[in-house]
Amino acid sequence: MTGSLKTAEEEAPEAPDTSGTRAATITDRIYRNPVLGPLGALVILIIAFSILTENFLSVDNTSLILQQSVVVGTLALGQTIIILTGGIDLANGAIMVLSSLVIAQLAMDIGQWPAMFVGLLLCALLGAISGLLVSRLRLPPFIVTLGMLTILQAASRLYTKETLLVDEGPLTFLSKGGYLFGQFQITVGVVVVLLSVAVLHFALTRTSWGRHVYAVGNNDLAAKRTGINVQRVLLSVYVLAGVLYFLAALQAFGRSPATSPNAFPTANLDTITAVVIGGTSLFGGRGTVLGSYLGALIVLVLQSGLTQAGIDPLYQNIVTGVLVIAAVALDSITRRKAR
Amino acid sequence: MSETVLEARNIVKRYGHVTAINGADFDLRAGEVLAVIGDNGAGKSSLIKVLSGDVIPDSGEVLLDGQQVHFRSPHDAQLAGIETVYQDLAMAPALDIATNLFLGREIKRKGPLGSILRMIDTKEMRKQSRKQMDDLGITTLQSITQPVDSLSGGQRQTVAVARAAAFGRRVVIMDEPTAALGVRESKGVLDLIKRISGSGIPVVLISHDIPAVFEVADRIHIHRLGRRTTVVRPQDHTMNEVVGIMTGALPAPPLKEEVAS
Repeated sequence: MTGSLKTAEEEAPEAPDTSGTRAATITDRIYRNPVLGPLGALVILIIAFSILTENFLSVDNTSLILQQSVVVGTLALGQTIIILTGGIDLANGAIMVLSSLVIAQLAMDIGQWPAMFVGLLLCALLGAISGLLVSRLRLPPFIVTLGMLTILQAASRLYTKETLLVDEGPLTFLSKGGYLFGQFQITVGVVVVLLSVAVLHFALTRTSWGRHVYAVGNNDLAAKRTGINVQRVLLSVYVLAGVLYFLAALQAFGRSPATSPNAFPTANLDTITAVVIGGTSLFGGRGTVLGSYLGALIVLVLQSGLTQAGIDPLYQNIVTGVLVIAAVALDSITRRKAR
Repeated sequence: MSETVLEARNIVKRYGHVTAINGADFDLRAGEVLAVIGDNGAGKSSLIKVLSGDVIPDSGEVLLDGQQVHFRSPHDAQLAGIETVYQDLAMAPALDIATNLFLGREIKRKGPLGSILRMIDTKEMRKQSRKQMDDLGITTLQSITQPVDSLSGGQRQTVAVARAAAFGRRVVIMDEPTAALGVRESKGVLDLIKRISGSGIPVVLISHDIPAVFEVADRIHIHRLGRRTTVVRPQDHTMNEVVGIMTGALPAPPLKEEVAS
């Protein structure tokens, strides 16, 4: 008995697994480095549109795409950390819009800096409410944030039905900008969104908090059993997401000094699109904020490129929809392969 | 007679009308492998959960090194040096082996980077993980940076056991560690168990695998109807006798002085 076992052991030395086909190794690599997929897609799109259209790669167009990415890009960061814990946030746009209305209104009464402070507290508080409902009462994030979305949309309209304008000041600081390499226009908002991605990427990959976020999304029971305070991690994620939505509100003021209850009606779905295209798994525990920002860029590049190629804007939505489904399919397939 | 490390006296736990633990006793000695066996529903998992802090008993006392302890959560038991390997292994599959070994106990960078930014020292964690694997003589893992979901069942079990051994300063508890494994992989895990107890840390092995129990256990705690029926030594009984006692087909022999604590 033991003799036969030994031969089996000798016959099967620790050789690397060569059973995988070429296709399997590609999916495997995408699975291990989730940024490669969206990065590749973005590069391919940029090359394709540069060939197909005249103006796509112009400095004007590329700097415009970067500036367009700041609001959804920032919201998508909050969406990403929530999805990483296995949740989803349908209320992110509504939180941003309500806080931008409150900020714009208060700015007229108490000044821009205090108004900003109130807006920050409001966003953190709204994030904390969702976070507490998800972590303490263990309610499904989909339902909690759907409820928040409905409540906050109504609250925004009750608060004001008008379009509010903010004056030039600290609130419009992110719209300031300058030129790089002669012609390339870059705004403070673009710098801030890139910094936000970098800081969050660092926090997720290099700190114990980041590891715990992934662990909770991967297997929350395992996380609890290894002594991680799962409730506190969840709460911290929702509060941080709220803070990011406040930052997104400032980014929105940087893009336009006007805000209204009807602004950004599809921000929640746009951010989920960006996150999914960016390679983050809707099942939680796997993904990157860098990918989500690339996902937001991919959507904008598609829109810009197809517009310049003279294609009906409705086709942009069809292409975006196909991309979302393709990204989720890729995630499911690579997950299954890895099992 | 060697000293008792972990002890439970007259534990009772009820869930509504169901009495899961009905006045159970338990004792574990330094450096031994104690197998806990019992039929399904005998209450052995509930008893183990009391020892690992997962369940708070209604009455009775738990003593670690003779001192009474009150575990309110698995974390409390971990702080006291009791590590448990759960049947579902408690791992984050997308994260690598080193990360899983230190999950919830990450080594921080020195200085303000660690204390303020909570930056983790990935290099140090990988180094210590490798050392831990070497110390336990684990050679089946290719790389410490492999994600856990690329491992076989036996390899995952090995990682879970290595984690428990690394942090279990006083006691390592294993719940059915060989249940999902093939013959060769089981043997590897049983060797690990011997090595851990050989290093002086007692191991509690909950198992249905009677041959495995006879291979590694110094003593066998037989659980029946919510309490400890008796404790026997494998060399005093045949496997059939032990199964008979466990199922109630044979009367339980009285606890011998040298077997009881």
